Amino acid sequence: MKPKPWSTSRRGFIKGSLMMIPAVSIGNGVSLTAEANEPPVDLGDYQPTFFNADEWNFILAACDRLIPSEGEGPGALETNVPIFIDKQMEGAFGHASDWYMKAPFQEDASPLFGYQSALLPREVYRRGIAATRTYCQQQFNEEFSALPEDKRDQVLSSLEKGDIQFDDVSSQQFFAFLLQNTKEGYFADPIHGGNKHMAAWKHIGFPGARASYLEWVDQHNKAYPLGPVSLTGERG
Amino acid sequence: MAKTNPHVDVVLVGLGWTNSIMGMELTDAGLNVLALERGKDQDTVPDFAYPKMADELTYGVRYKMMQRPAKSTLTVRHGINDTALPYRHLGSFLPGNGVGGAGTHWNGHTWRPQPQELRLKSYVEENFGADIIPEDMTIQDFGVSYDELEPHFDCFEKVLGISGKAGNLNGELQEGGNPFEGWRSSEYPLPPLARTYNDELFTQVAKDQGLSPFPLPAANASEAYTNPYGMQLGPCNFCGFCERYGCINYSKSSPQTCVLGALKQRENFSYRANCEVLKVNLDSDGKRATGVTYIDENGDEVIQPADLVVLGAYGLHNVHLLLVSGIGKPYDPISGTGVVGKNYAYQMTGGATLFFKDKEFNPFIGAGGNATTVNDYGVEQIDFGREGFIGGSYLSAAMTNGQPIRNMPLPSGSPSWGAGWKQAVKDNYGHAMSVGSHGSNMSYRDCYLDLDPNYTDDHGRPLMRMTFNWKDNDVRMTQYMKQKIETLTKALGPDDYRLSFKDFNSMYDVRPYQTTHNVGGAIMGTDPSTSALNRYLQTWDVDNVFVMGAGAFPQNIQYNPTGLVGALTYWAAKAIREKYLPNPGPLVHA
Repeated sequence: MKPKPWSTSRRGFIKGSLMMIPAVSIGNGVSLTAEANEPPVDLGDYQPTFFNADEWNFILAACDRLIPSEGEGPGALETNVPIFIDKQMEGAFGHASDWYMKAPFQEDASPLFGYQSALLPREVYRRGIAATRTYCQQQFNEEFSALPEDKRDQVLSSLEKGDIQFDDVSSQQFFAFLLQNTKEGYFADPIHGGNKHMAAWKHIGFPGARASYLEWVDQHNKAYPLGPVSLTGERG
Repeated sequence: MAKTNPHVDVVLVGLGWTNSIMGMELTDAGLNVLALERGKDQDTVPDFAYPKMADELTYGVRYKMMQRPAKSTLTVRHGINDTALPYRHLGSFLPGNGVGGAGTHWNGHTWRPQPQELRLKSYVEENFGADIIPEDMTIQDFGVSYDELEPHFDCFEKVLGISGKAGNLNGELQEGGNPFEGWRSSEYPLPPLARTYNDELFTQVAKDQGLSPFPLPAANASEAYTNPYGMQLGPCNFCGFCERYGCINYSKSSPQTCVLGALKQRENFSYRANCEVLKVNLDSDGKRATGVTYIDENGDEVIQPADLVVLGAYGLHNVHLLLVSGIGKPYDPISGTGVVGKNYAYQMTGGATLFFKDKEFNPFIGAGGNATTVNDYGVEQIDFGREGFIGGSYLSAAMTNGQPIRNMPLPSGSPSWGAGWKQAVKDNYGHAMSVGSHGSNMSYRDCYLDLDPNYTDDHGRPLMRMTFNWKDNDVRMTQYMKQKIETLTKALGPDDYRLSFKDFNSMYDVRPYQTTHNVGGAIMGTDPSTSALNRYLQTWDVDNVFVMGAGAFPQNIQYNPTGLVGALTYWAAKAIREKYLPNPGPLVHA
């Protein structure tokens, strides 16, 4: 029997491999795939398009705390969430290409009026990662990605609450994008790069793109028995 | 230099529900009709075909079917002394884009208003006295009666193939329907949708409390159906991808599924997608429209001459077009004069989420209009004098659109990330149901639409500016519904529940999705000094311009607006055919 990709014994090895080596030399064949038909790319083999090596290590280390491997169900790293985020940075979301981005901008507007920054989401990421890494160097004399789990949680929590302030980007906005995109990558169809093998859907019992339930409408209070399917026809 | 197209009898601006219907009616009348749609062309095949629609990220979260603020948006502020800021990305409301408009990506809740809602001001004054209307509340009568609209509600419901159960057939109350609805001349064309587990639980509890639960009238076909235009719908399979998605099954009523397939066959109809109308052109004295100017798919400016112009874009866009074209006097909130932009209103909603450890709801199984509803707290059921507010809501237990990125309710106190979050999503997904209130929103002197002084669109036109905030009357209404919902919630016996209702310190927030039921701004009425349109949706000032849509509502009804929008469109079309065409000119002399 093959081990589950997020089984306890493999977890330490996977995370260690991803975290300890620079992104440029990732590609050592660390496999997170257990039962693939058409294996998605392995996180360890993936060459990010938008993020540089230092940024990529940050994303890996942050996603690993936002949806960790520990406990029941897969974590963000086992489900390729960082790959999803990297792809989003190069797409319409990262470039805010659907958003109204004309001046004047009022950066200090009440949050009730939604996004009012002149920065594209990908610029928020770039500045947010740089500022958080600098903060960690100053505070702990370490890279964020090298911090122990509890310290990383503490830093992320401080970003979320706005307890850490940066000069050129909103720490809370940075955290909000990071968390939003992490959850999106966890639950979106695998076609977008995350939710590898629909593991997050299996975790919660969402059947994905099945989109046909007429026989199940009146089967009340019974768990739906079939596993998920994806847009490409993968079955889980 | 702008190119000039050959003349047409009618130019339709926008091609969603209202102008699809106008297209049928005016081609029937023998006119040569051209529709200009700002967005792309789209149809069930190939655009909504399975499996590509079953993609929550692309359609549910990234709003692929919606208007792109980069191309078109507005600005928002809370008060008349504030600086408005652009609605830079979508949140609170989601105007559609492309052929079919919002009619492609809606859930399909298809209501008629209660009869007294159409004459709300008169109803309040007659029953509770004019002095209960707050000084700045600017509610008005629609100027058309329920009895006049009844045949048109009936027609619209038959075109859409609504699934439901009548509660009042020609004055006779019917078991299982809504006992508080206006009279209906016929039963719904299709029986109610199959019931989901949440429906069953809510129905029992509502009955136990002496309320009258009934299935929400849904534009999701419960059976195969052929409508009066010969268009065919297939039975809904509860795929769960309704709101924000095009229907994969020809089951959700949309302009494509119910009207456009027939309309496109007509030789005297044509349409052009990717054509954005910039303004309605007027003759030298501003009394008559000569056509429209638009930007075509190549980015070139084109003049389209026409005898009749029907604005059938989304309500907010219609108001913008009136303002930038100089049709009607813009509203001024200080003096209270002027009419275009007046009485913008929204919708007041609230709800409870109930968590049950031992119940399986399978939330991904659903139709957009899948809900059990009570109307015991409707506008006509409430003593406004005693309760201290004007308005009402329907309450519903709905189960739909249960995809996990945007539909992941968790009990209060759940972590938003980390191992605790991962456990919470496992423990709660599929074990929650909701009970919501969907209610009226009154209009006020300082809630309105005008042109923004600071921000422009790609064509250099000023963006429209929305000035809006919540008012105490409407908060009192929703707080009343909160009590009713909390009572029902407790009777349902969940392990945990969470309430979400506007309170007296609530300010309008553009971020969370609320509803796309924006109304007002080009309101109908009987007096040109207080309304932009007469009772036939004809502009008072330029008699060959008619304006469709919920912009005509002088305040918001307690229901989803599409049923009333559809009926008003048929009502206006009848007036154009029977009164205007034989004798072009103002249909009402002020």
